[in-house]
Amino acid sequence: MSGNNINRTVRKLLLTAVCMFAFGYALVPLYRVYCDLTGRGSARVAEADAGMGDVDANRLVTVVLDTNTRDIPWTFKAERHKTKVRPGELSEAVFVVENRSGRTVTGRAIPSVSPAQAGVYISKMDCFCFNEQVLAPGETREMPVRFIVDTDLPERFSSLTLSYTFFDVGDKTAADAQTGQKANS
Amino acid sequence: MSYAETHEHHHDDHDHKPTGLGRWLFSTNHKDIGTMYLVFALIMFFIGGAMAMVVRAELFQPGMQYVDPQFFNAMTTMHALVMIFGVIMPAGVGLANWMVPMMIGAPDMALPRMNNMSFWILPFAFTMLLATFFMEGGAPAGGWTMYPPLITQLGDGFPFLIFTVHFLGVSSIMGAINIIATIFNMRAPGMGFMQLPLFVWTWIITAFLLIASMPVLAGAVTMLLTDKYFGTSFFIAAGGGDPVMFQHIFWCFGHPEVYILILPAFGIVSQIIPTFSRKPLFGYESMVYATAAIAFLSFFVWAHHMFTVGMPLAGELFFMYATMSIAVPTGVKVFNWIATMWRGAMTFETPMLFALSFVILFSIGGFSGLMLGITPADFQYHDTYFVVAHFHYVLVTGALFALMAGAYFWLPKWTGHMYDEKLGQLHFWLSVISVNVLFFPQHFLGLAGMPRRIPDYAVQFTEWNMISSVGGFVFGISQLLFVWVIVKCVREGKKADEQVWEGARGLEWTLPSPPPFHTFTIPPKVDEATAHS
Repeated sequence: MSGNNINRTVRKLLLTAVCMFAFGYALVPLYRVYCDLTGRGSARVAEADAGMGDVDANRLVTVVLDTNTRDIPWTFKAERHKTKVRPGELSEAVFVVENRSGRTVTGRAIPSVSPAQAGVYISKMDCFCFNEQVLAPGETREMPVRFIVDTDLPERFSSLTLSYTFFDVGDKTAADAQTGQKANS
Repeated sequence: MSYAETHEHHHDDHDHKPTGLGRWLFSTNHKDIGTMYLVFALIMFFIGGAMAMVVRAELFQPGMQYVDPQFFNAMTTMHALVMIFGVIMPAGVGLANWMVPMMIGAPDMALPRMNNMSFWILPFAFTMLLATFFMEGGAPAGGWTMYPPLITQLGDGFPFLIFTVHFLGVSSIMGAINIIATIFNMRAPGMGFMQLPLFVWTWIITAFLLIASMPVLAGAVTMLLTDKYFGTSFFIAAGGGDPVMFQHIFWCFGHPEVYILILPAFGIVSQIIPTFSRKPLFGYESMVYATAAIAFLSFFVWAHHMFTVGMPLAGELFFMYATMSIAVPTGVKVFNWIATMWRGAMTFETPMLFALSFVILFSIGGFSGLMLGITPADFQYHDTYFVVAHFHYVLVTGALFALMAGAYFWLPKWTGHMYDEKLGQLHFWLSVISVNVLFFPQHFLGLAGMPRRIPDYAVQFTEWNMISSVGGFVFGISQLLFVWVIVKCVREGKKADEQVWEGARGLEWTLPSPPPFHTFTIPPKVDEATAHS
């Protein structure tokens, strides 16, 4: 039971632990390779982002951005009313919202896509509608939506409408379980 | 030749116990640290148990009764984190601390100071975790698996959760290194690897699993942390990351973790069944190889936790077959336990009762695991109460019952007093009946489609939920009896001799009960009679 032997064992085991920590990070590129080989996962999306994926250069789809508010003292507008995107390309649309009231308001945007059959061909990578938005009195906020229109979008769709309606979800602390469930459904 | 006879002439070098708080704070003694681990696990068991009681109270009836959905989800999440990292793992390490040096004839653990540190990290880590209840945004409620993007929406508690996981990882890696260093370098002369008691063997393998898998978890949660605060996008789709990747990395740790929880339990049961069957363990070598095989296979089955996320068919088939193959070494173990009992002169003291119920109920959990491992069936069972029933059968009636069995088995050795056998058996019968009332109906609920982690349910699930809750409350209250048994044992139990159990074999039973503060300062002689039980 000499101290030397113990030290040697401990050093080896510590090294193993460090290597396994590194292995955790090595899984990130490995996962990407795996996704490339099998065509799964959103590694494809990353490719599209870098402009390497199969972007359909011959086609332009018009995306109309529609904004509504309901029982909420906010002004909600799209920076541009419509935008043209290529299928397969990561695109961004920016919305601006302003709280006109003198109190802090929590709002939630409910998204919808029309025509409804085209809904499955739009993947949103990031959207302000994923979270509740809390705006201080008079605060203005720019909010992006990053999305990709699928290259499989049937030819008959030349234009899509992305619509959002902001609802007041009320004071969060006072919101009881019932309203919480309603807001989610 | 008993320990007392051989060691009488140098009586002066043991029982120099430090006194007061310092004895515990600065302890480097494996027995004291083992005791602290076990007491800590017991305290956390009641904290985690209280959370489970809240969950069962809310689910007693459909509709919202006592807590809001956010808090309900915090309860399920924290219950899991506390029970896994605060109860089962520390209790296992506590038993290893107490028993491994005594079983292999070593005077202490190889790295006593590191041993002290790996324990004292735990109370700090759990203070951090439990403090999140009082923070803006509340305690973690996104599930103990911490899947993004849900978990990153946690409020101020988020970094506390991440650093708690880091602390727990550091603690268990240090503990694992210590255990391996002890067993590899400090065995008594004459004790080869194939003479080690099976509990020691299961801990070697568990320790390797810990060293291999905890760092991967640490990496995964570090990625979550940098995703939220430092602008990386490992798991954020908008930045080119993939949330599904977290699930792969997490379960790459998570499945070995399952065996980290259960392998020491296998070890405990493999000590107890031969003792009360008064026969040596059947198929010792095959037990060692089966344990190693389970550990090895555990690295290739992780995706069975996530069949429904979308995987190529070949992947789903691979993970299904790999999962099924774990049933083979596990079956070897179960049959060996049964063969050990075959024609043995069995008696049914409390440890044996817990060990027997472990074999039966763990097998039920194993079988429901096989059902879940069938890919096409899993699409039906995924995230239902069937899964909840499955992992509670393997973790409560599996790991926890084995720990209880171990506690009753070694309590007379640790304290020098016998526990009250009547009360112990009462605790067993109350526990084993209520735990089945608690978890068995959850199989039916799951098959009928009740989702897990939801505070409300459709009315047709009411009856089974009520029955399950009643079982839960009885099980919870029964555990107070366990505390009473321990207290009574320490205070007024009758003296235990060194052998304690008639059929007990192994070095630890050659020591007096309770063992002196320092034991085996002179390595014992290992012969056939004292080698593995």
